Amino acid sequence: MAINNMSESLASYDVERIRQDFPVLDQQVRGKPLVYLDNAATSQKPKAVIDSIVQYYENDNANIHRGVHTLSERATLSYENARKKVQTFLGAESHKEIVFTRGATEAINLVANAFAEKLKAGDEVLITAMEHHSNIVPWQMLCKKTGAELKVAPINTKGELILEEFEALISKKTKFAAISHMSNALGTINPIKQLIDLLHQHDVPVLIDGAQAIPHITVDVQALDCEFYVFSGHKLYAPTGIGALYGKMEQLEQMSAYQGGGDMISVVTFDKTVYNKVPYKFEAGTPNIAGTIGLGAALDYVSDIGIAAIAAHENSLLEYAVEQSKRIDKLRIIGTAENKGAIMSFVLEGIHPHDIGTMMDHQGIAVRAGHHCAMPVMDFFEVPATARASFAMYNTHQEVDALMAGIENLIEMFG
Amino acid sequence: MLDDLRDLYQEVIFDHNKNPRNFRVMDNADRQIDGFNPLCGDRLTLFIKVEDNKIIDASFQGQGCAISTASASLMTDIIIGQTEQEAQELFTLFHQMATGEPVEIDELGKLAVLAGVCEYPARVKCATLPWHTLDALLKGSEEPVTTE
Repeated sequence: MAINNMSESLASYDVERIRQDFPVLDQQVRGKPLVYLDNAATSQKPKAVIDSIVQYYENDNANIHRGVHTLSERATLSYENARKKVQTFLGAESHKEIVFTRGATEAINLVANAFAEKLKAGDEVLITAMEHHSNIVPWQMLCKKTGAELKVAPINTKGELILEEFEALISKKTKFAAISHMSNALGTINPIKQLIDLLHQHDVPVLIDGAQAIPHITVDVQALDCEFYVFSGHKLYAPTGIGALYGKMEQLEQMSAYQGGGDMISVVTFDKTVYNKVPYKFEAGTPNIAGTIGLGAALDYVSDIGIAAIAAHENSLLEYAVEQSKRIDKLRIIGTAENKGAIMSFVLEGIHPHDIGTMMDHQGIAVRAGHHCAMPVMDFFEVPATARASFAMYNTHQEVDALMAGIENLIEMFG
Repeated sequence: MLDDLRDLYQEVIFDHNKNPRNFRVMDNADRQIDGFNPLCGDRLTLFIKVEDNKIIDASFQGQGCAISTASASLMTDIIIGQTEQEAQELFTLFHQMATGEPVEIDELGKLAVLAGVCEYPARVKCATLPWHTLDALLKGSEEPVTTE
């Protein structure tokens, strides 16, 4: 039955129609049609998102939460509507549990900053060995500030979290855990519901880094029961510079403010300041209004197509890519988890990923080459870097063919 | 199909990448220093032996792309026998070539095969990493060099 559903949704999935919504895809790079396979770094933006930003600046531009004039009311309404869209998209109980940030990185820093008051020497923060630098460094900084210790749960050679070892690292000392939903370097999808339940048995609050997962996996924060969930808009077809933090109300209410300034206050005198309510307490200064509206438009666009349909399409691309890559002897995939999203990290014997990146670009193919902001993952697999093809809703099976042909060409050139 | 790429990846570069010259640890080196490109993870250690102000031996070890490996290989080859000052002058010339500044290409000898790199801003640092490392070494630094 599941298979029938999947093939039905694939059959009705019109990728050519979707591609027409993304103006940037219709171009040549170095004389070849652009094949954009760097979606895990950032996704392209549909016309609906671009139009929403133009519409805002051409018709409604004003500051929010202050003026009583019409434009300010329109801007405020659009901004707050976007908050409700994020609430619906994540399945949060209240729109007040959504804090807008510059992205996942800022959202993690906001939480780490607040927990500095709650942690002390001897406490432990638990992360995993597959985290992006953005889910390592803020916790290192927190530990340095408080004297707490950072514990890292190891992964196996497939790039999967070793559950027993993860469990063994949880103790009375564990005061916080931060886990990626999906690894950006390996594609691994973590069993986060299981991990959250495990941590809750020890009363450990959990932050889930959803930066990679958000465009591929349906998220329901109430079902997951995590304390925090963070994501960046730009990997979800929205503009850069906008993201969100979901936090359980009971958590957000007892957290200290992140930055001071306008909008996050209700009364200011030179003696003292009364902070605004959640979520505004965490949104100091004039925010990225256009970006927030663009994020709302992106959520509408993605929801219309449906995350499940998008995921089914992307998974078929990944399966096809993995299958096709088997004919290339020199290719080794890094990250072969049983449960993984549409990311294929790979190395080619004797050819450095940086050379792969340049040579692919010459064929119009955009792939990422580097350490993917996950140097500890590279160290674990004993590679300096990898090349990475990552798929999105608008990629096609023909583009996978182009990728494979491109790899074969460069192997031939290297001799 | 990839003809235009030959301007960057010339045969000489493939040759030096496959068979890098002076690719060894130098046990009796007078000076050594690490170079690191945090952007791509390339690392190398550069060794030199100096006698009477003359570089009598140079070698390197490390991990890098074809451009940086070939650049380190060519560099070590060419500086052996040069005075420290000559090597320093060559660094300046090479840097100018790699960043697209006008330069007398003849003065660079076989290093000219890397001239194409100036067309690829993301790759300039691959070619210049060994040279920045040499520059720091000649200036007597012991701190690891980074390209950022």
